[in-house]
Amino acid sequence: MAEALRLEHVSLSYGARQALDDVSFSVAPGRFCALLGPNGAGKSTLFGLMTRLLVTRSGRIEIAGHDVARAPRKALARIGVVFQQPTLDLDLTVARNMRYFAALHGLSGRAAAIRIDAALDRLAMRERAGEKARALNGGHRRRMEIARALVHEPDLLLLDEPTVGLDAMSRKAITAHVHDLAEDGLSVLWATHLVDEIGPGDDVVVLHRGRVLRQALASDIAGPAGLAEAFLEMTAEGGGA
Amino acid sequence: MNGWLSALRAIVAREALRFLHQRGRFLSALVRPLVWLVVFAAGFRAALGLSIIPPYQTYITYEVYIVPGLCGMIQLFNGMQSSLSLVYDREMGSMRLLMTSPLPRWWLLFCKLTAGVAVSILQVYAFLAIAAGFGIVLPLAGYLWAFPALVLSGLMLGALGLFISSTVRQLENFAGVMNFVIFPMFFLSTALYPLWKMAESSRLLRDICALNPFTHAVELIRFALYQSLNGWALFWVASGFLVFFLLALWGYDPARSRPGRD
Ligand SMILES: Nc1ncnc2c1ncn2[C@@H]1O[C@H](COP(=O)(O)OP(=O)(O)O)[C@@H](O)[C@H]1O
Ligand SMILES: [Mg+2]
Repeated sequence: MAEALRLEHVSLSYGARQALDDVSFSVAPGRFCALLGPNGAGKSTLFGLMTRLLVTRSGRIEIAGHDVARAPRKALARIGVVFQQPTLDLDLTVARNMRYFAALHGLSGRAAAIRIDAALDRLAMRERAGEKARALNGGHRRRMEIARALVHEPDLLLLDEPTVGLDAMSRKAITAHVHDLAEDGLSVLWATHLVDEIGPGDDVVVLHRGRVLRQALASDIAGPAGLAEAFLEMTAEGGGA
Repeated sequence: MNGWLSALRAIVAREALRFLHQRGRFLSALVRPLVWLVVFAAGFRAALGLSIIPPYQTYITYEVYIVPGLCGMIQLFNGMQSSLSLVYDREMGSMRLLMTSPLPRWWLLFCKLTAGVAVSILQVYAFLAIAAGFGIVLPLAGYLWAFPALVLSGLMLGALGLFISSTVRQLENFAGVMNFVIFPMFFLSTALYPLWKMAESSRLLRDICALNPFTHAVELIRFALYQSLNGWALFWVASGFLVFFLLALWGYDPARSRPGRD
């Protein structure tokens, strides 16, 4: 079976500024992979490339075996995305938001309804289907966005700092929910700068100033001092500053 | 193919719902042309002796003359409004939701366009109904004939808006664009005066009006309202649509988009 995500030698510059420099890593099926990097590391830029909002000529990105540049539609059909910035219609109900998204993936009617219910169930959001998005708190809005990203049953779930701006409780709940999804077989790429969202059994890719410093199991990177220490150390010297 | 249609339905429904939520927008969309109709037309009437020109078969009053132009104005404003909401969507991120759908990008943009056209036609018919209330009644079949003309003119003006939205990076810059597009397009067209009247004051003015795609949108609507087809206007509007839509597709091509906050 193909890897859920594979990046090979991906680079991108904004004018003179190199945001990504020869990035290569992969996510195996059913794994929770944390893309760990401080602000400005290039995480969102990488998400832009994986979702084809941005395009680069250097390097190659494959999603579930589909090359993003050569078969963008097949690749996009296989990913669910939760962007850093919320993207929901506040004046519409949760169910309507979900139906709109399902339709963008070509799903409608009963088929869509069944999948929407299932996705809301997985995030324990079903009873809120009739509420307006505006009425939800930040944590529930995020959960709705995650549920929405699952409607078309993707192979790979991409989340760009999904807990930013949430209180500790919601942060914990969402982190746990997504870890559960990975347990159930979904491949996950979770961008963050917070080490406490990463479990010892997760894969970690450390990104700093557009470069991959390390890819390994979290517990291997952590060592005796713990992941937080290891991460600080790496990003302090690894950037060459 | 079914999936394509679900996307179309959903995008049109979302746009229509949003429009209905914005009462203010609906109102101003109606009040603007009505002000022209009621206030200005009365003032201008004396100044304009209209002769009989096609598609008209009798003398007409100035109010009757400007109705098609005002229909076009509604669509012009609406085209710019929808493109404004696209820029807003992009800043708010919901454009990303659209763009990461696995359907082809040209189809997604076409759906957006169709949604805008549907909303604009709703407004035009509401305006025509109110105008009828003021006594400006057009041939009954004309209201039906106008429909395809409005679809086409709406597509062209919407595609223009779509193209503009792809080039405008930030919401703040939009007001300027509106003034540079809407007003020249409206005033340098046959919406308010026929070409021969323009020629009386300036040859150049007449030529500019004849080249303005908005002129042809208005003429297409005008002729349709009197159950005739203006082939030349049809050609212009259809070509205008194609050109603007291709430009919009180019504008939204990820390969040339500068990554920004979106
Ligand atoms: N549109 C842009 N133009 C120029 N530079 C940009 C743009 N977007 C991001 N950058 C720069 O690229 C680098 C990576 O940014 P980003 O991908 O947003 O990082 P992260 O998501 O990890 O915080 C940063 O140095 C940022 O300043
Ligand atoms: Mg970011």
